[in-house]
Amino acid sequence: MTHIFRLLSVLLLLAVPSVALAQQPLQVDIARGHLEPTPIAIPDFITAGGTDTRGADIAGVIAADLESSGLFTTVDPRAFIENIQDFNLRPRFQDWRVINADALLIGQVTRQSDGRLLVGFRLWDTRLQEQMVGLQFVTAPENWRRVAHRVADAVYERLTGESGYFDTRVIYVSEGVGPRGEPVRRLAMMDQDGANPSFLTDRSYWSLLPNYSPSNQQITYVSFLDGQATTYVYDLESGRQEALFASGGTGLARVDPDGQSLSARFSPDGEQLAVSIELQAGHDIHLFDLRSRNLRRLTEHPADDVEPSFSPEGDQIVFSSSRSGGSQLYVIPVNGGDAQRVSFGAGRYTAPVWSPRGDLIAFVKQHNGQFSLGVLDAGGSGEERILYQGYYVDTPAWSPNGRVILFTRGDRGRDGTEYEIWSVDLAGFNLQRMPITGQSSDPAWSPLIE
Amino acid sequence: MKFKLVLIAGMTAFLAACASTPPQTTTEAPTQEPPRTTRTETPGPVDQGPVPGTEAHFVATAGDRVFYDLDRSTLTSAGRETLRRQADWLNAYQGVNILIAGNCDERGTREYNLALGARRANAARDYLVSLGVSPSRIQTVSYGKERPSCRESGERCWSLNRNATTMISGGVTG
Repeated sequence: MTHIFRLLSVLLLLAVPSVALAQQPLQVDIARGHLEPTPIAIPDFITAGGTDTRGADIAGVIAADLESSGLFTTVDPRAFIENIQDFNLRPRFQDWRVINADALLIGQVTRQSDGRLLVGFRLWDTRLQEQMVGLQFVTAPENWRRVAHRVADAVYERLTGESGYFDTRVIYVSEGVGPRGEPVRRLAMMDQDGANPSFLTDRSYWSLLPNYSPSNQQITYVSFLDGQATTYVYDLESGRQEALFASGGTGLARVDPDGQSLSARFSPDGEQLAVSIELQAGHDIHLFDLRSRNLRRLTEHPADDVEPSFSPEGDQIVFSSSRSGGSQLYVIPVNGGDAQRVSFGAGRYTAPVWSPRGDLIAFVKQHNGQFSLGVLDAGGSGEERILYQGYYVDTPAWSPNGRVILFTRGDRGRDGTEYEIWSVDLAGFNLQRMPITGQSSDPAWSPLIE
Repeated sequence: MKFKLVLIAGMTAFLAACASTPPQTTTEAPTQEPPRTTRTETPGPVDQGPVPGTEAHFVATAGDRVFYDLDRSTLTSAGRETLRRQADWLNAYQGVNILIAGNCDERGTREYNLALGARRANAARDYLVSLGVSPSRIQTVSYGKERPSCRESGERCWSLNRNATTMISGGVTG
């Protein structure tokens, strides 16, 4: 299913001696960088040995990654003066300063005798004339895109001080209509930049609301394979999947289903699922221990408690509930205690997702016929910030570093709402459509792939 | 307790409910062709009114759906009236089992609507049970906002899509 590979070696290149200058090193402000994106020059990676080493393709993927963050702008290669031929020589910095390249990324690809690619890069601060980071990777040629994403992550991390998110994948729901007009909902998977799309489930049943495990090896999703919404755990390596509930107690939870079960999210240690399960009196949040297979009821209220999400420490869960009338957001400790309301603005709040940093909760708000994507203070102050407003919003998904949110955006179409996955950064800037063919929804963003 | 659904029955009912394009088309078989195997649909039967005990009869005499107010799962008086007719019909055709599907408009998040749809289906089921229909004859399912019977974006369609739809799932008797 997923092709996991290991980058065989990651070596720090020896820093080339530099001239020390009393200047600030190049730094990209992640909160304000979009106002003045940092210019970076990325020449095609040099082909040092062999042919067809994808030096230009690798540079292209890195450039697209960095530009997609909104924090960088790449300098037009037609403006380049120096034609770098030797990866190990210090660049002529003046040539890069005059074309306003604050950063210069040069790289080299070598096809080794064993057929694998050796990809090395150096990131230069052109003003300080210093190497900021240099790494090299060895990998099978078919993994060249992943190496490019790893380089982009290293550049992003060095310049912003925060971990990157380019070597990641997105699982989502591909929405369509079958030959007889029936709705089709299939799980699909792609690289974060839209490359390598593939389907995980077929069109014979609906697949909805996927979520990643922290180990990257499994997902949960809601399947209609058994006729009604049922939580499934799906192993990405083997393609094997198991229902949380199945009649006769044959599911993971070993109890008969009482009703439907909905989206499940993994605890940060990967050992538990938080999931909303329908009982006679409505939906309540439950904790399912994947090892002991013990199912524990966490909330007990006649109103529907749905859409649970763990805090990054794993000690609290945020969920949405109609217990006070319209849907609002509540936080409940995992080990006992009352639920505290954390949303207070006008409108109905749904789809809460705790940020990987812990301080914010992303949400969807519905008010006066408009939908908003926002973030609010997880501490309960009620303070919130709207990042996007439009006709329809659902299912926020955080980037692993907590700086970008993917979400389902709906717009009024000829045949009802049309759904696409969009991204926006935490400041509400850099709104972009994900490059997916056809309608799509329910993004789940993978952890950084090891 | 719920059971596995009869998907085919549900799909057929859904298509019938759409009512815009009937799934079968009537085609005359060519008469002057040399003898060979031709493959065309059998012409549709002439409508003589629904056969008693069938889903079409159920829809014609009782009505197959009840509607809900925005964001609500409580039955309206019109909804209760429809369900009383459904209960009368079901009590007359004791061999028939039903599937009640709860549906929602598209103006809410996916999971929220799956929960709301379940409430709508359950509210209809509970009322039928209170009118003497055995719970063992009734399955429920929520389709949330995934299966709208009306597809345009606007209040007219949204109000039609906020419903619980009763479908014959098996055991039809004449």
